[in-house]
Amino acid sequence: MAHLTKTYPIKARDYLKAGEVSMEIHGLMKKIGFDSDLIRRVSICAYEAEMNVVMHGGDGVLNVEIGSESINLNVKDSGPGIEDIGLAMQEGFSTATEEARQMGFGAGMGLPNIKKNSDRLEIISDKGMGTEVRVGFTV
Amino acid sequence: MKLSEVKDILKATIETGGDKLDMEIRAGAGGDLMSDILRGPKEGVLLLSGLNNIQSIRTAIIAGASALVLVRDKTPDEEMKNQAREHGLPLFTTPFTMFTACGRLFNAGLRGVDKKRTV
Ligand SMILES: Nc1ncnc2c1ncn2[C@@H]1O[C@H](COP(=O)(O)OP(=O)(O)O)[C@@H](O)[C@H]1O
Ligand SMILES: [Mg+2]
Repeated sequence: MAHLTKTYPIKARDYLKAGEVSMEIHGLMKKIGFDSDLIRRVSICAYEAEMNVVMHGGDGVLNVEIGSESINLNVKDSGPGIEDIGLAMQEGFSTATEEARQMGFGAGMGLPNIKKNSDRLEIISDKGMGTEVRVGFTV
Repeated sequence: MKLSEVKDILKATIETGGDKLDMEIRAGAGGDLMSDILRGPKEGVLLLSGLNNIQSIRTAIIAGASALVLVRDKTPDEEMKNQAREHGLPLFTTPFTMFTACGRLFNAGLRGVDKKRTV
């Protein structure tokens, strides 16, 4: 299979559209015919990362690279960044707003979910410099 | 348990997926926290949710759930129904609360996704 790369914009605070990018990736992987467990793991990670940009970040992009041996997600936003990545990775830690909580988000399980469902995770961020989340999967 | 039995037990209204009533449901899970629902494998699982928004549809699809039931008479909007239809997700509504809906299904033999069965 040829290498496939796609880039999608994500808009901060747009809760109606939030998740559309991950649904696209889900559909794309289904069409290619990946195993359902891998599809689920990749879409969960994409969805949690996308929701994080919408809830906590600034406008950003999600880049997906689909190859026959690996799948990589790169989610980058220009928001406030994460000051303490170790703290953000802890289950239950969340700075989500009331608005996000009412929609069912902000359980503080997003980053731990990404960690659990991926083979590789790297977060590059600091206060004031935006956030980049790189997630890798072995096919 | 078949989806048709779920429909009867919950006195449910079919919003989408009326053609899938023969589908076999392996287990059930309920919750209003998206990330909680996304935690474990949900393939073949019936999801119950009190959140009447497009995100609960997307969460169900991404989690790989078999079907979604909105509890306490929540009425989904057109966009929710369209998205469910497009992805082949049966979407039902029930007049029961989350507690009662889960209890009725459990009583009829449907079990949860607990790793260790303590019941
Ligand atoms: N893209 C981001 N930009 C800024 N902060 C973020 C971003 N992603 C995550 N965070 C921070 O990390 C915390 C934990 O994230 P997560 O585990 O996904 O839980 P939740 O999104 O439910 O709060 C968030 O509450 C937020 O403070
Ligand atoms: Mg999150």
